[in-house]
Amino acid sequence: MPWFRRSKVNISPDTQKRELPDGLWEKCPSCGEIIHKKQLELNLWTCLKCDYHWRIGSKEYISFLLDKNSFKEMDRKMRSADPLEFRDTKKYSDRIAEAIKKLDLYDAVRTGTGKIEGRDVALGCMDFEFIGGSMGSVVGEKLARLIDKAYKDKLPTIIISRSGGARMMEGAYSLMQLAKVSARLTKLAEAGIPYISVLTDPTTGGTTASYAMLGDIHIAEPKALIGFAGPRVIKQTIGKDLPEGFQKSEFLLEKGFIDFISHRKDLRTNIIRVLDLLI
Amino acid sequence: MAKTILDFEKPIFELEQKLEEMRKFSDRLDIEKDMVRLEEKVRQLKEEVYKGLTRWQRVQLARHPERPYTLDYIYAMTESFVELHGDRLFRDDKAIVGGLAQLGNHKVVIMGQQKGRDTKSNLYRNFGMMNPEGYRKALRLMKLAEKFNKPVITMLDTPGAFPGIEAEERGQAEAIARNLFEMARLKVPIIVVIIGEGASGGALGIGVGDRILMLENCWYSVISPESCSSILWRSWDYKEQAAEALKLTAPDLLEQGIIDRIIPEPLGGAHKDHKQMADTLKTALIEELDALIKIKPEKLVTARIEKFGKMGVFVE
Ligand SMILES: [Zn+2]
Repeated sequence: MPWFRRSKVNISPDTQKRELPDGLWEKCPSCGEIIHKKQLELNLWTCLKCDYHWRIGSKEYISFLLDKNSFKEMDRKMRSADPLEFRDTKKYSDRIAEAIKKLDLYDAVRTGTGKIEGRDVALGCMDFEFIGGSMGSVVGEKLARLIDKAYKDKLPTIIISRSGGARMMEGAYSLMQLAKVSARLTKLAEAGIPYISVLTDPTTGGTTASYAMLGDIHIAEPKALIGFAGPRVIKQTIGKDLPEGFQKSEFLLEKGFIDFISHRKDLRTNIIRVLDLLI
Repeated sequence: MAKTILDFEKPIFELEQKLEEMRKFSDRLDIEKDMVRLEEKVRQLKEEVYKGLTRWQRVQLARHPERPYTLDYIYAMTESFVELHGDRLFRDDKAIVGGLAQLGNHKVVIMGQQKGRDTKSNLYRNFGMMNPEGYRKALRLMKLAEKFNKPVITMLDTPGAFPGIEAEERGQAEAIARNLFEMARLKVPIIVVIIGEGASGGALGIGVGDRILMLENCWYSVISPESCSSILWRSWDYKEQAAEALKLTAPDLLEQGIIDRIIPEPLGGAHKDHKQMADTLKTALIEELDALIKIKPEKLVTARIEKFGKMGVFVE
Protein backbone atom coordinates (compact mmCIF):
# COMPACT_ATOMS: atom_id res chain seq x y z
CA MET A 1 0.00 0.00 0.00
CA PRO A 2 2.74 2.54 0.61
CA TRP A 3 4.19 4.80 -2.01
CA PHE A 4 7.74 3.52 -2.07
CA ARG A 5 7.07 -0.03 -3.09
CA ARG A 6 6.49 0.81 -6.69
CA SER A 7 8.81 3.67 -7.23
CA LYS A 8 11.85 1.62 -8.04
CA VAL A 9 10.40 -0.97 -10.36
CA ASN A 10 7.72 0.95 -12.01
CA ILE A 11 9.27 4.34 -12.24
CA SER A 12 8.11 5.97 -15.38
CA PRO A 13 10.93 7.34 -17.48
CA ASP A 14 9.49 10.84 -17.47
CA THR A 15 10.38 11.28 -13.83
CA GLN A 16 13.99 10.77 -14.74
CA LYS A 17 14.10 13.97 -16.75
CA ARG A 18 15.43 12.88 -20.09
CA GLU A 19 16.05 16.35 -21.29
CA LEU A 20 18.04 17.02 -24.40
CA PRO A 21 21.14 19.18 -23.97
CA ASP A 22 19.63 22.62 -24.35
CA GLY A 23 16.74 21.77 -22.01
CA LEU A 24 14.13 22.90 -24.49
CA TRP A 25 13.14 19.51 -25.77
CA GLU A 26 11.57 16.46 -24.23
CA LYS A 27 11.69 12.95 -25.56
CA CYS A 28 8.49 10.91 -25.30
CA PRO A 29 9.28 7.91 -23.08
CA SER A 30 6.74 5.84 -24.97
CA CYS A 31 7.42 6.50 -28.67
CA GLY A 32 10.65 8.48 -28.62
CA GLU A 33 9.23 11.54 -30.34
CA ILE A 34 11.20 14.73 -29.66
CA ILE A 35 8.88 17.53 -28.67
CA HIS A 36 9.60 21.17 -27.89
CA LYS A 37 8.67 22.03 -24.32
CA LYS A 38 6.41 24.89 -25.36
CA GLN A 39 4.57 22.58 -27.70
CA LEU A 40 4.31 19.94 -24.99
CA GLU A 41 2.79 22.47 -22.62
CA LEU A 42 0.29 23.53 -25.27
CA ASN A 43 -0.59 19.89 -25.67
CA LEU A 44 -1.09 19.61 -21.88
CA TRP A 45 1.97 17.40 -21.45
CA THR A 46 0.72 14.65 -23.69
CA CYS A 47 2.59 13.26 -26.69
CA LEU A 48 1.55 14.69 -30.04
CA LYS A 49 2.26 11.42 -31.72
CA CYS A 50 1.22 8.63 -29.32
CA ASP A 51 -0.90 10.38 -26.65
CA TYR A 52 1.44 9.37 -23.84
CA HIS A 53 0.49 11.33 -20.71
CA TRP A 54 3.38 12.78 -18.74
CA ARG A 55 3.06 12.79 -14.96
CA ILE A 56 2.28 16.37 -14.09
CA GLY A 57 1.48 18.12 -10.82
CA SER A 58 -1.19 20.28 -9.24
CA LYS A 59 0.12 23.51 -10.73
CA GLU A 60 -0.30 22.16 -14.25
CA TYR A 61 -3.78 20.74 -13.66
CA ILE A 62 -4.97 23.99 -12.14
CA SER A 63 -3.57 25.87 -15.15
CA PHE A 64 -5.79 24.12 -17.67
CA LEU A 65 -8.75 22.87 -15.64
CA LEU A 66 -9.86 26.01 -13.86
CA ASP A 67 -10.82 29.42 -15.23
CA LYS A 68 -7.88 31.75 -15.36
CA ASN A 69 -6.77 33.17 -11.99
CA SER A 70 -9.78 31.72 -10.21
CA PHE A 71 -7.92 29.34 -7.89
CA LYS A 72 -7.77 30.25 -4.22
CA GLU A 73 -5.50 27.91 -2.35
CA MET A 74 -6.32 26.67 1.14
CA ASP A 75 -3.90 25.60 3.87
CA ARG A 76 -0.93 26.01 1.55
CA LYS A 77 1.69 25.82 4.27
CA MET A 78 0.34 22.97 6.31
CA ARG A 79 3.17 20.50 6.80
CA SER A 80 3.95 17.21 8.46
CA ALA A 81 4.86 17.23 12.13
CA ASP A 82 6.70 13.89 11.97
CA PRO A 83 4.61 12.58 14.87
CA LEU A 84 6.51 9.29 15.23
CA GLU A 85 9.97 10.87 14.89
CA PHE A 86 10.38 8.29 12.21
CA ARG A 87 13.76 7.27 11.00
CA ASP A 88 14.82 4.60 8.53
CA THR A 89 18.05 5.05 6.60
CA LYS A 90 17.14 8.72 6.71
CA LYS A 91 15.15 10.89 9.06
CA TYR A 92 11.61 11.50 7.87
CA SER A 93 11.89 15.12 8.98
CA ASP A 94 14.86 15.49 6.61
CA ARG A 95 12.93 13.92 3.74
CA ILE A 96 10.14 16.42 4.34
CA ALA A 97 12.48 19.40 4.57
CA GLU A 98 14.28 18.40 1.38
CA ALA A 99 11.06 17.91 -0.55
CA ILE A 100 9.71 21.27 0.58
CA LYS A 101 12.89 23.01 -0.44
CA LYS A 102 13.17 21.32 -3.79
CA LEU A 103 9.56 21.47 -4.91
CA ASP A 104 8.04 24.62 -3.47
CA LEU A 105 5.26 22.40 -2.15
CA TYR A 106 4.54 21.66 1.50
CA ASP A 107 3.00 18.24 1.05
CA ALA A 108 1.51 15.90 -1.52
CA VAL A 109 -1.82 17.60 -2.16
CA ARG A 110 -2.89 21.10 -3.14
CA THR A 111 -6.43 22.12 -2.23
CA GLY A 112 -8.60 25.13 -2.85
CA THR A 113 -11.60 26.60 -4.58
CA GLY A 114 -11.91 27.92 -8.09
CA LYS A 115 -14.18 28.25 -11.06
CA ILE A 116 -14.68 25.96 -13.95
CA GLU A 117 -16.58 27.60 -16.81
CA GLY A 118 -17.87 30.10 -14.28
CA ARG A 119 -19.07 27.44 -11.83
CA ASP A 120 -17.58 27.38 -8.33
CA VAL A 121 -15.88 24.12 -7.42
CA ALA A 122 -13.64 22.66 -4.74
CA LEU A 123 -10.48 21.08 -6.12
CA GLY A 124 -7.87 18.83 -4.57
CA CYS A 125 -4.95 17.72 -6.67
CA MET A 126 -2.14 15.45 -5.57
CA ASP A 127 1.54 15.97 -6.31
CA PHE A 128 3.36 12.74 -6.94
CA GLU A 129 6.73 14.43 -6.77
CA PHE A 130 6.27 15.02 -3.06
CA ILE A 131 7.35 11.70 -1.47
CA GLY A 132 5.54 9.67 -4.09
CA GLY A 133 2.26 11.49 -3.60
CA SER A 134 1.95 9.61 -0.34
CA MET A 135 -0.91 10.30 2.00
CA GLY A 136 -0.08 11.24 5.56
CA SER A 137 -1.75 13.49 8.12
CA VAL A 138 -1.39 16.60 5.98
CA VAL A 139 -3.02 15.12 2.89
CA GLY A 140 -5.83 13.76 5.05
CA GLU A 141 -6.43 17.00 6.90
CA LYS A 142 -6.26 19.20 3.79
CA LEU A 143 -8.74 17.00 1.95
CA ALA A 144 -11.01 16.85 5.00
CA ARG A 145 -11.05 20.65 5.19
CA LEU A 146 -11.64 20.90 1.46
CA ILE A 147 -14.66 18.64 1.82
CA ASP A 148 -15.92 20.69 4.78
CA LYS A 149 -15.65 23.83 2.67
CA ALA A 150 -17.44 22.13 -0.22
CA TYR A 151 -20.17 20.97 2.16
CA LYS A 152 -20.62 24.42 3.65
CA ASP A 153 -20.70 26.26 0.32
CA LYS A 154 -22.32 23.42 -1.66
CA LEU A 155 -19.44 23.16 -4.09
CA PRO A 156 -19.08 20.26 -6.49
CA THR A 157 -15.81 18.59 -5.56
CA ILE A 158 -13.06 17.25 -7.77
CA ILE A 159 -10.09 15.29 -6.45
CA ILE A 160 -7.28 14.36 -8.82
CA SER A 161 -5.28 11.44 -7.44
CA ARG A 162 -1.72 10.53 -8.32
CA SER A 163 -0.36 8.66 -5.36
CA GLY A 164 1.48 5.57 -4.24
CA GLY A 165 -0.77 5.24 -1.18
CA ALA A 166 -0.41 5.87 2.53
CA ARG A 167 2.83 7.32 3.88
CA MET A 168 4.70 4.69 5.89
CA MET A 169 6.61 7.20 7.97
CA GLU A 170 3.47 8.24 9.78
CA GLY A 171 2.50 4.70 10.73
CA ALA A 172 -1.08 4.23 11.90
CA TYR A 173 -1.74 7.97 11.59
CA SER A 174 -1.43 7.71 7.82
CA LEU A 175 -3.62 4.60 7.74
CA MET A 176 -6.33 6.50 9.58
CA GLN A 177 -6.38 9.17 6.88
CA LEU A 178 -8.19 6.66 4.66
CA ALA A 179 -11.00 6.49 7.18
CA LYS A 180 -10.90 10.20 7.91
CA VAL A 181 -11.38 11.34 4.33
CA SER A 182 -13.86 8.57 3.47
CA ALA A 183 -15.94 9.46 6.53
CA ARG A 184 -15.95 13.11 5.53
CA LEU A 185 -17.16 12.24 2.03
CA THR A 186 -20.37 10.83 3.50
CA LYS A 187 -21.37 14.42 4.26
CA LEU A 188 -21.19 15.39 0.59
CA ALA A 189 -23.19 12.31 -0.31
CA GLU A 190 -25.91 13.07 2.23
CA ALA A 191 -26.10 16.66 0.98
CA GLY A 192 -26.31 15.60 -2.66
CA ILE A 193 -23.15 17.43 -3.64
CA PRO A 194 -21.37 15.78 -6.57
CA TYR A 195 -17.88 14.44 -6.14
CA ILE A 196 -15.78 13.60 -9.18
CA SER A 197 -12.69 11.47 -8.71
CA VAL A 198 -10.01 11.73 -11.39
CA LEU A 199 -7.52 8.88 -11.32
CA THR A 200 -4.15 9.40 -12.96
CA ASP A 201 -0.91 7.47 -13.22
CA PRO A 202 -0.32 6.02 -10.67
CA THR A 203 -3.13 5.72 -8.13
CA THR A 204 -2.49 2.82 -5.79
CA GLY A 205 -2.71 1.59 -2.21
CA GLY A 206 -4.62 3.51 0.40
CA THR A 207 -5.46 6.35 -1.93
CA THR A 208 -7.34 4.01 -4.25
CA ALA A 209 -8.81 2.21 -1.23
CA SER A 210 -10.42 5.42 -0.03
CA TYR A 211 -11.38 8.67 -1.74
CA ALA A 212 -10.17 7.81 -5.25
CA MET A 213 -12.76 5.00 -5.45
CA LEU A 214 -15.59 6.87 -3.75
CA GLY A 215 -16.56 9.30 -6.49
CA ASP A 216 -20.03 9.67 -7.92
CA ILE A 217 -18.15 9.71 -11.18
CA HIS A 218 -14.75 8.11 -11.82
CA ILE A 219 -12.69 9.53 -14.68
CA ALA A 220 -9.27 8.08 -15.50
CA GLU A 221 -6.50 9.32 -17.72
CA PRO A 222 -5.48 6.80 -20.40
CA LYS A 223 -3.15 3.95 -19.46
CA ALA A 224 -2.83 5.02 -15.83
CA LEU A 225 -1.84 2.37 -13.30
CA ILE A 226 -4.72 2.07 -10.84
CA GLY A 227 -5.00 -0.58 -8.16
CA PHE A 228 -4.77 -1.58 -4.54
CA ALA A 229 -1.71 -3.81 -4.35
CA GLY A 230 1.26 -2.85 -6.49
CA PRO A 231 2.09 -5.11 -9.45
CA ARG A 232 5.37 -6.25 -7.90
CA VAL A 233 3.69 -7.42 -4.70
CA ILE A 234 1.05 -9.32 -6.65
CA LYS A 235 3.66 -10.92 -8.84
CA GLN A 236 5.64 -11.98 -5.78
CA THR A 237 2.57 -13.38 -4.06
CA ILE A 238 1.19 -15.44 -6.90
CA GLY A 239 4.52 -16.22 -8.56
CA LYS A 240 3.15 -15.63 -12.03
CA ASP A 241 3.54 -12.94 -14.65
CA LEU A 242 0.76 -10.42 -14.76
CA PRO A 243 -1.47 -10.19 -17.83
CA GLU A 244 -0.87 -7.44 -20.37
CA GLY A 245 -2.62 -4.21 -19.45
CA PHE A 246 -3.41 -5.43 -15.91
CA GLN A 247 -4.39 -2.57 -13.54
CA LYS A 248 -4.41 -0.03 -16.34
CA SER A 249 -7.30 2.44 -16.83
CA GLU A 250 -8.64 0.44 -19.76
CA PHE A 251 -8.66 -2.72 -17.59
CA LEU A 252 -10.54 -0.95 -14.81
CA LEU A 253 -13.05 0.42 -17.30
CA GLU A 254 -13.64 -3.11 -18.55
CA LYS A 255 -14.00 -4.45 -14.99
CA GLY A 256 -16.50 -1.74 -14.09
CA PHE A 257 -14.59 0.53 -11.73
CA ILE A 258 -14.17 3.56 -14.00
CA ASP A 259 -16.99 5.49 -15.69
CA PHE A 260 -14.89 6.64 -18.61
CA ILE A 261 -11.38 7.42 -19.73
CA SER A 262 -10.59 10.94 -20.74
CA HIS A 263 -7.65 12.28 -22.67
CA ARG A 264 -6.15 15.08 -20.67
CA LYS A 265 -7.08 17.54 -23.40
CA ASP A 266 -10.75 16.64 -22.92
CA LEU A 267 -10.73 16.54 -19.14
CA ARG A 268 -12.00 20.07 -18.56
CA THR A 269 -14.77 19.69 -21.12
CA ASN A 270 -15.77 16.33 -19.69
CA ILE A 271 -15.95 17.67 -16.15
CA ILE A 272 -18.05 20.61 -17.32
CA ARG A 273 -20.44 18.28 -19.14
CA VAL A 274 -20.81 15.95 -16.19
CA LEU A 275 -21.45 18.79 -13.77
CA ASP A 276 -23.94 20.40 -16.16
CA LEU A 277 -25.90 17.18 -16.38
CA LEU A 278 -25.73 16.37 -12.67
CA ILE A 279 -26.64 19.69 -11.16
CA MET B 1 0.12 -29.40 16.46
CA ALA B 2 3.64 -28.98 17.82
CA LYS B 3 3.91 -26.37 20.51
CA THR B 4 5.40 -23.10 19.27
CA ILE B 5 7.91 -21.48 21.58
CA LEU B 6 9.11 -18.00 20.71
CA ASP B 7 12.74 -17.14 21.43
CA PHE B 8 11.98 -14.98 24.41
CA GLU B 9 9.55 -17.56 25.77
CA LYS B 10 12.26 -20.25 25.89
CA PRO B 11 13.82 -19.60 29.31
CA ILE B 12 10.35 -19.55 30.86
CA PHE B 13 9.33 -22.69 29.04
CA GLU B 14 12.44 -24.52 30.20
CA LEU B 15 11.85 -23.64 33.84
CA GLU B 16 8.21 -24.63 33.54
CA GLN B 17 9.25 -27.98 32.13
CA LYS B 18 11.63 -28.56 35.00
CA LEU B 19 8.87 -27.71 37.42
CA GLU B 20 6.63 -30.21 35.67
CA GLU B 21 9.25 -32.95 36.07
CA MET B 22 9.70 -32.16 39.74
CA ARG B 23 5.96 -32.42 40.27
CA LYS B 24 6.06 -36.02 39.11
CA PHE B 25 8.47 -36.94 41.88
CA SER B 26 7.25 -34.56 44.54
CA ASP B 27 5.33 -37.21 46.49
CA ARG B 28 8.37 -39.47 46.68
CA LEU B 29 10.96 -36.82 47.43
CA ASP B 30 10.95 -34.04 49.92
CA ILE B 31 11.35 -31.16 47.47
CA GLU B 32 8.37 -29.04 48.41
CA LYS B 33 10.54 -26.07 49.32
CA ASP B 34 12.61 -26.28 46.16
CA MET B 35 9.46 -26.32 44.11
CA VAL B 36 8.03 -23.29 45.77
CA ARG B 37 11.28 -21.49 45.13
CA LEU B 38 11.27 -22.50 41.50
CA GLU B 39 7.66 -21.47 41.05
CA GLU B 40 8.51 -18.05 42.41
CA LYS B 41 11.43 -17.84 40.03
CA VAL B 42 9.21 -18.64 37.04
CA ARG B 43 6.74 -16.00 38.11
CA GLN B 44 9.46 -13.37 38.44
CA LEU B 45 11.01 -14.28 35.13
CA LYS B 46 7.64 -14.03 33.40
CA GLU B 47 6.95 -10.62 34.80
CA GLU B 48 10.37 -9.43 33.79
CA VAL B 49 10.14 -10.78 30.23
CA TYR B 50 6.62 -9.59 29.52
CA LYS B 51 7.07 -6.17 31.03
CA GLY B 52 10.08 -5.46 28.87
CA LEU B 53 8.77 -6.75 25.55
CA THR B 54 10.14 -4.97 22.53
CA ARG B 55 7.77 -3.93 19.77
CA TRP B 56 9.01 -6.72 17.56
CA GLN B 57 8.38 -9.27 20.32
CA ARG B 58 4.82 -8.04 20.59
CA VAL B 59 4.44 -8.47 16.83
CA GLN B 60 5.55 -12.08 17.33
CA LEU B 61 3.02 -12.57 20.13
CA ALA B 62 0.29 -11.07 17.94
CA ARG B 63 1.10 -13.77 15.38
CA HIS B 64 1.51 -16.60 17.85
CA PRO B 65 -0.02 -19.66 16.19
CA GLU B 66 -1.73 -20.72 19.43
CA ARG B 67 -3.43 -17.39 19.89
CA PRO B 68 -7.22 -17.39 19.94
CA TYR B 69 -8.77 -16.44 16.60
CA THR B 70 -12.10 -14.83 15.78
CA LEU B 71 -14.18 -18.02 15.96
CA ASP B 72 -12.54 -19.00 19.25
CA TYR B 73 -13.69 -15.70 20.71
CA ILE B 74 -17.14 -15.97 19.21
CA TYR B 75 -17.70 -19.48 20.58
CA ALA B 76 -16.23 -18.59 23.97
CA MET B 77 -18.04 -15.27 24.42
CA THR B 78 -21.48 -15.71 22.92
CA GLU B 79 -24.42 -17.64 24.29
CA SER B 80 -25.75 -18.24 20.81
CA PHE B 81 -24.27 -17.79 17.34
CA VAL B 82 -25.66 -18.31 13.87
CA GLU B 83 -23.00 -18.05 11.22
CA LEU B 84 -24.02 -16.31 8.00
CA HIS B 85 -22.28 -16.69 4.68
CA GLY B 86 -21.67 -14.87 1.44
CA ASP B 87 -21.78 -11.43 -0.08
CA ARG B 88 -24.85 -12.20 -2.28
CA LEU B 89 -22.78 -11.07 -5.26
CA PHE B 90 -19.96 -13.47 -5.92
CA ARG B 91 -19.17 -16.00 -3.22
CA ASP B 92 -18.44 -16.64 0.44
CA ASP B 93 -15.03 -15.41 1.53
CA LYS B 94 -13.70 -17.84 4.13
CA ALA B 95 -11.13 -15.34 5.37
CA ILE B 96 -13.90 -13.57 7.23
CA VAL B 97 -16.54 -15.14 9.42
CA GLY B 98 -19.60 -13.51 10.88
CA GLY B 99 -23.16 -13.83 11.95
CA LEU B 100 -25.85 -13.16 14.52
CA ALA B 101 -24.99 -13.63 18.15
CA GLN B 102 -26.16 -13.21 21.71
CA LEU B 103 -23.53 -11.56 23.86
CA GLY B 104 -24.74 -11.28 27.45
CA ASN B 105 -27.95 -9.26 27.17
CA HIS B 106 -27.09 -7.93 23.75
CA LYS B 107 -28.10 -9.27 20.38
CA VAL B 108 -25.34 -8.31 17.99
CA VAL B 109 -23.86 -8.88 14.56
CA ILE B 110 -20.32 -10.10 15.09
CA MET B 111 -17.60 -10.74 12.53
CA GLY B 112 -13.86 -10.92 12.06
CA GLN B 113 -10.98 -12.10 9.97
CA GLN B 114 -10.25 -15.76 10.50
CA LYS B 115 -6.86 -17.43 10.31
CA GLY B 116 -6.24 -21.17 10.16
CA ARG B 117 -4.28 -23.34 12.59
CA ASP B 118 -2.49 -25.60 10.14
CA THR B 119 -1.59 -25.60 6.44
CA LYS B 120 -4.90 -27.03 5.38
CA SER B 121 -7.08 -24.66 7.36
CA ASN B 122 -4.83 -21.75 6.50
CA LEU B 123 -5.31 -22.43 2.81
CA TYR B 124 -9.05 -22.66 3.42
CA ARG B 125 -9.00 -19.35 5.29
CA ASN B 126 -6.48 -17.79 2.89
CA PHE B 127 -4.34 -16.94 5.96
CA GLY B 128 -6.98 -14.41 7.00
CA MET B 129 -6.41 -12.34 3.86
CA MET B 130 -9.71 -11.13 2.47
CA ASN B 131 -10.75 -10.72 -1.13
CA PRO B 132 -13.21 -8.03 -2.26
CA GLU B 133 -16.14 -10.40 -1.67
CA GLY B 134 -15.03 -10.59 1.97
CA TYR B 135 -15.36 -6.84 2.43
CA ARG B 136 -18.71 -6.98 0.66
CA LYS B 137 -19.82 -9.85 2.89
CA ALA B 138 -18.86 -7.76 5.92
CA LEU B 139 -20.81 -4.81 4.54
CA ARG B 140 -23.85 -6.97 3.91
CA LEU B 141 -23.80 -8.14 7.52
CA MET B 142 -23.42 -4.56 8.74
CA LYS B 143 -26.39 -3.45 6.65
CA LEU B 144 -28.35 -6.34 8.13
CA ALA B 145 -27.38 -5.12 11.59
CA GLU B 146 -28.50 -1.61 10.70
CA LYS B 147 -31.83 -2.82 9.36
CA PHE B 148 -32.62 -4.72 12.56
CA ASN B 149 -31.00 -2.18 14.86
CA LYS B 150 -28.26 -4.44 16.21
CA PRO B 151 -24.81 -3.25 17.25
CA VAL B 152 -21.85 -4.47 15.23
CA ILE B 153 -18.67 -5.98 16.63
CA THR B 154 -15.72 -6.51 14.29
CA MET B 155 -12.50 -8.35 15.14
CA LEU B 156 -9.33 -7.53 13.23
CA ASP B 157 -6.70 -10.17 12.64
CA THR B 158 -5.14 -10.11 9.20
CA PRO B 159 -1.72 -9.87 7.57
CA GLY B 160 -3.41 -7.73 4.91
CA ALA B 161 -5.94 -7.76 2.10
CA PHE B 162 -5.09 -10.43 -0.44
CA PRO B 163 -2.85 -9.14 -3.25
CA GLY B 164 -3.98 -11.18 -6.25
CA ILE B 165 -5.05 -10.77 -9.85
CA GLU B 166 -8.67 -11.66 -9.19
CA ALA B 167 -8.78 -9.47 -6.10
CA GLU B 168 -7.79 -6.51 -8.26
CA GLU B 169 -10.21 -7.49 -11.03
CA ARG B 170 -13.06 -7.51 -8.57
CA GLY B 171 -12.06 -4.19 -7.07
CA GLN B 172 -10.17 -4.77 -3.83
CA ALA B 173 -9.63 -1.02 -3.46
CA GLU B 174 -13.25 -0.17 -4.17
CA ALA B 175 -14.49 -2.79 -1.72
CA ILE B 176 -12.32 -1.43 1.11
CA ALA B 177 -13.14 2.20 0.26
CA ARG B 178 -16.87 1.42 0.22
CA ASN B 179 -16.64 -0.14 3.68
CA LEU B 180 -14.82 2.86 5.14
CA PHE B 181 -17.53 5.08 3.72
CA GLU B 182 -20.49 2.97 4.80
CA MET B 183 -19.10 2.14 8.23
CA ALA B 184 -18.62 5.85 8.88
CA ARG B 185 -22.36 6.42 8.49
CA LEU B 186 -23.85 3.16 9.75
CA LYS B 187 -26.70 4.00 12.10
CA VAL B 188 -25.90 1.40 14.76
CA PRO B 189 -22.98 1.24 17.22
CA ILE B 190 -19.78 -0.35 15.94
CA ILE B 191 -17.09 -1.72 18.25
CA VAL B 192 -13.79 -2.70 16.68
CA VAL B 193 -11.35 -5.03 18.45
CA ILE B 194 -7.84 -5.70 17.21
CA ILE B 195 -7.24 -9.27 18.37
CA GLY B 196 -4.03 -10.06 16.48
CA GLU B 197 -2.52 -8.43 13.45
CA GLY B 198 -3.94 -5.22 12.08
CA ALA B 199 -2.21 -4.84 8.76
CA SER B 200 -3.02 -1.78 6.79
CA GLY B 201 -6.10 -1.14 4.62
CA GLY B 202 -6.94 -4.82 4.74
CA ALA B 203 -7.60 -4.52 8.47
CA LEU B 204 -9.10 -1.03 8.40
CA GLY B 205 -11.61 -2.26 5.81
CA ILE B 206 -13.65 -3.59 8.74
CA GLY B 207 -12.12 -1.22 11.29
CA VAL B 208 -14.15 2.00 11.40
CA GLY B 209 -16.16 2.29 14.59
CA ASP B 210 -17.27 4.18 17.67
CA ARG B 211 -14.92 2.43 20.06
CA ILE B 212 -11.61 0.88 19.05
CA LEU B 213 -10.30 -1.71 21.49
CA MET B 214 -7.00 -3.49 21.19
CA LEU B 215 -5.66 -6.52 22.99
CA GLU B 216 -2.41 -5.86 24.79
CA ASN B 217 -0.08 -7.78 22.48
CA CYS B 218 -1.27 -6.83 19.03
CA TRP B 219 0.01 -4.62 16.27
CA TYR B 220 -1.84 -2.23 14.00
CA SER B 221 -0.22 -0.07 11.37
CA VAL B 222 -0.02 1.04 7.79
CA ILE B 223 2.38 -1.74 6.87
CA SER B 224 4.00 -4.81 8.41
CA PRO B 225 7.50 -4.39 9.86
CA GLU B 226 8.88 -6.83 7.28
CA SER B 227 7.46 -4.98 4.27
CA CYS B 228 8.48 -1.66 5.77
CA SER B 229 12.01 -2.99 6.18
CA SER B 230 12.15 -4.25 2.62
CA ILE B 231 10.98 -0.95 1.20
CA LEU B 232 12.74 1.63 3.33
CA TRP B 233 15.89 -0.32 4.21
CA ARG B 234 15.81 -2.31 0.99
CA SER B 235 16.39 -5.49 2.96
CA TRP B 236 14.27 -7.89 5.01
CA ASP B 237 16.72 -7.70 7.92
CA TYR B 238 15.49 -4.53 9.60
CA LYS B 239 12.10 -5.72 10.82
CA GLU B 240 12.98 -5.01 14.47
CA GLN B 241 13.98 -1.43 13.65
CA ALA B 242 10.93 -1.03 11.43
CA ALA B 243 8.66 -2.24 14.24
CA GLU B 244 10.26 0.30 16.58
CA ALA B 245 9.97 3.11 14.03
CA LEU B 246 6.33 2.38 13.19
CA LYS B 247 5.23 2.57 16.85
CA LEU B 248 2.60 -0.05 16.22
CA THR B 249 1.79 -1.56 19.63
CA ALA B 250 -1.32 -1.06 21.74
CA PRO B 251 0.36 1.38 24.16
CA ASP B 252 1.71 3.34 21.17
CA LEU B 253 -1.68 3.58 19.53
CA LEU B 254 -3.41 4.57 22.76
CA GLU B 255 -0.95 7.42 23.06
CA GLN B 256 -1.57 8.41 19.44
CA GLY B 257 -5.29 8.57 20.08
CA ILE B 258 -6.02 5.91 17.49
CA ILE B 259 -7.42 3.34 19.88
CA ASP B 260 -9.62 3.96 22.92
CA ARG B 261 -8.79 1.11 25.23
CA ILE B 262 -6.28 -1.65 25.78
CA ILE B 263 -7.64 -5.05 26.82
CA PRO B 264 -5.11 -6.78 29.11
CA GLU B 265 -3.98 -10.25 28.14
CA PRO B 266 -3.14 -13.11 30.51
CA LEU B 267 0.51 -13.05 31.59
CA GLY B 268 2.51 -14.37 28.67
CA GLY B 269 -0.11 -13.51 26.07
CA ALA B 270 -3.62 -14.45 24.97
CA HIS B 271 -2.48 -17.92 23.88
CA LYS B 272 -1.65 -18.84 27.50
CA ASP B 273 -5.28 -18.87 28.55
CA HIS B 274 -7.96 -18.67 25.89
CA LYS B 275 -10.78 -18.73 28.39
CA GLN B 276 -9.45 -15.96 30.58
CA MET B 277 -8.80 -13.84 27.48
CA ALA B 278 -12.29 -14.35 26.13
CA ASP B 279 -13.85 -13.57 29.52
CA THR B 280 -11.91 -10.34 29.81
CA LEU B 281 -12.87 -9.29 26.31
CA LYS B 282 -16.51 -10.20 26.83
CA THR B 283 -16.73 -8.08 29.98
CA ALA B 284 -15.20 -5.13 28.15
CA LEU B 285 -17.50 -5.52 25.13
CA ILE B 286 -20.59 -5.63 27.30
CA GLU B 287 -19.50 -2.48 29.13
CA GLU B 288 -18.99 -0.70 25.83
CA LEU B 289 -22.29 -1.94 24.40
CA ASP B 290 -24.20 -0.85 27.50
CA ALA B 291 -22.92 2.68 26.98
CA LEU B 292 -23.19 2.86 23.18
CA ILE B 293 -26.77 1.66 22.81
CA LYS B 294 -27.94 4.69 24.76
CA ILE B 295 -26.65 7.10 22.14
CA LYS B 296 -29.01 8.28 19.38
CA PRO B 297 -28.02 7.14 15.86
CA GLU B 298 -27.49 10.67 14.44
CA LYS B 299 -25.25 11.59 17.36
CA LEU B 300 -23.37 8.35 17.03
CA VAL B 301 -22.61 8.94 13.34
CA THR B 302 -21.56 12.56 13.84
CA ALA B 303 -19.27 11.58 16.70
CA ARG B 304 -17.78 8.75 14.64
CA ILE B 305 -16.94 11.03 11.72
CA GLU B 306 -15.42 13.53 14.13
CA LYS B 307 -13.47 10.83 15.94
CA PHE B 308 -11.61 9.87 12.78
CA GLY B 309 -11.43 13.52 11.78
CA LYS B 310 -9.23 14.19 14.79
CA MET B 311 -6.66 11.57 13.85
CA GLY B 312 -3.43 12.97 12.45
CA VAL B 313 -0.72 15.41 13.44
CA PHE B 314 0.43 18.38 11.38
CA VAL B 315 1.88 21.86 11.67
CA GLU B 316 0.19 24.99 10.35
ZN1 LIG C 1 4.85 9.50 -27.73
